[in-house]
Amino acid sequence: MAERVVIAAETTWSRRRRRLTWGRVARGSVPYWLILPVLGAIGAILGYPLYRLFRLAFQHYGLEELIRHSGQPVGLHNFGHVLHDQIFWHTLVRTVIFTVANVGLTMGIGTLIALLLVRVSTVVRVLLTAGLVLVWSMPVVVAVQVWGWMTNYQNGVVNYILTELHFGDYFQHNWYGSTFSQLAIVTTLIVWGALPFVAITVFAALAQVPADLVEAAQIDGAPPWRVFLDVTVPIIRPVLLILTSLSIVWDFGVFVQPYLLIGQTHITPGNYLMGIYLFEKGYFDNDYGQGAAISILMLLIVATLSIFYVRKMVRIGDVD
Amino acid sequence: MNAVAVPVRRRPRRRRRGGRAGWNIVAIVLFAVMVFPVFWMISSAFKPTDQINSFTPTWFSRHPTVSHFTTAVHTPYFWTDVKNTLIIVSVTVTVSIALAFLAAVALAKYRFTGRKLFIVLVIGIQMLPGAGLIIPLYVTLASYHLVNTLTGVIVTYMTIVLPFSVWTLRGFILGIPKELEEAAMVDGSTRLGAFVRILLPLVAPGLVATSVFAFIQAWNEYLYARIILASQGKQTITVWLSYFLGTSRSTDWGALMAGSTLTAIPAVVFFLIVQRRIAFGLTAGAVRG
Repeated sequence: MAERVVIAAETTWSRRRRRLTWGRVARGSVPYWLILPVLGAIGAILGYPLYRLFRLAFQHYGLEELIRHSGQPVGLHNFGHVLHDQIFWHTLVRTVIFTVANVGLTMGIGTLIALLLVRVSTVVRVLLTAGLVLVWSMPVVVAVQVWGWMTNYQNGVVNYILTELHFGDYFQHNWYGSTFSQLAIVTTLIVWGALPFVAITVFAALAQVPADLVEAAQIDGAPPWRVFLDVTVPIIRPVLLILTSLSIVWDFGVFVQPYLLIGQTHITPGNYLMGIYLFEKGYFDNDYGQGAAISILMLLIVATLSIFYVRKMVRIGDVD
Repeated sequence: MNAVAVPVRRRPRRRRRGGRAGWNIVAIVLFAVMVFPVFWMISSAFKPTDQINSFTPTWFSRHPTVSHFTTAVHTPYFWTDVKNTLIIVSVTVTVSIALAFLAAVALAKYRFTGRKLFIVLVIGIQMLPGAGLIIPLYVTLASYHLVNTLTGVIVTYMTIVLPFSVWTLRGFILGIPKELEEAAMVDGSTRLGAFVRILLPLVAPGLVATSVFAFIQAWNEYLYARIILASQGKQTITVWLSYFLGTSRSTDWGALMAGSTLTAIPAVVFFLIVQRRIAFGLTAGAVRG
């Protein structure tokens, strides 16, 4: 009898323990159930295409293959073709220079605007911030049309203003006459559109700089630029680095602004940027295999460029 | 309530009056330069055609006209494309926010193996350049006969909206004090009960803000729509606007600016509403150091 009791007790005990374990497993699995829909969606609509991308890059895949839904394996041919293409290398160099110019201007002017925001009176600060937010809110395609109108050859208002301000004779000046000028206008458009984000974010970061530190440096007789470089910059460095790396990634892969502002008919190998080169090669020439090879090269470059940003953000997300 | 860390602004130290007046002037000039394109768009949209075509620009027209808006609205496919855009945007946002909210709860409230990997995924995807994904997305959609369908665009837009929404919503959920939820559980609520009665109402403004921001992203998108939707009458508003320029040799700038204004209005209005809530989310943690 006593044995039975013991066995019974043991059974209940072990049952309870098992139930507890099951409960713990169930509770432990909750986060996985929660992320499952997003994982599934991303896997289906991004994971699978990415897998396709890697297969495509090693296939000959044109219009015919698109209709038949199957490509012919060609090994490394697509990569070899791209890497032996002079246009690819010229485009790469052009895009790097373009990116450096755009990011440099955006970060430089953006930081200066943030510093300006600290120095102006409240009313002016509210006014300028409101203006920046308005610019920030403009859809890219709309911004392109407006800049196209402002810089048009016939009677663009930019030509009028420059002439009136005695910068020279800009009457019917064609801003789209040379590659340099085309990309300069695209740069102006991009920097104009990106400044608000950078300026407002840096301004927010500047508010985090302890005033006593700045004051101490000033009392010690440091000139303003030294105070900025030695006190302010180290404190806002994380923000500056994140903004810079975001800008690099965005500007390197830029497509809409140059494609629409320069205009599809004026896009030539002579003014390709990476995003456009890829689009023309892969999509317009219906050579999806080669397009995929270029995409992979581009993704690799961007992935390398964005490692800093991703690591920084992941650390933030992991700590919280 | 503002989940994403908006830093406390310290009043800057008072400086010499003269210096500040100079900076104020610089700021006002800068304001004028930055805002000018927006002003010029609206101003041109209301200007009679002869003033638009004139070599000497008119800054403010004395005889504003809405005729360009009439032209723009009557340009083929305007209303169809607005309708398409609204369908695409509303489905994308609804589905994405629902899915993203669950994942955001997981990130904000649980620690689990693979969490870090999931964060890497969410952040990393946002870094992928759109142009680099055109080819595989197009080929994949083609093999499921989704090219030239709104469904194809909706599915594609989810790749943009989902990761962003997960990240932003996570921030909003983190902003809710743990104590509130714990108090409800002490009072005898189950975790789910506490979630529905305490967490959900508090996170509602965050859900709205994220949805609005997702709306703006989807409304403004151009590249994928341009590629996936080939036939006229099946496009989105941004594609409609981009083709406006190419319809004839001499561009109807007035109508183009009216169309631009119409396209911009929803995005601008919504952005002005949610900017404060969302903007800092992008770099929130970094500002905190």
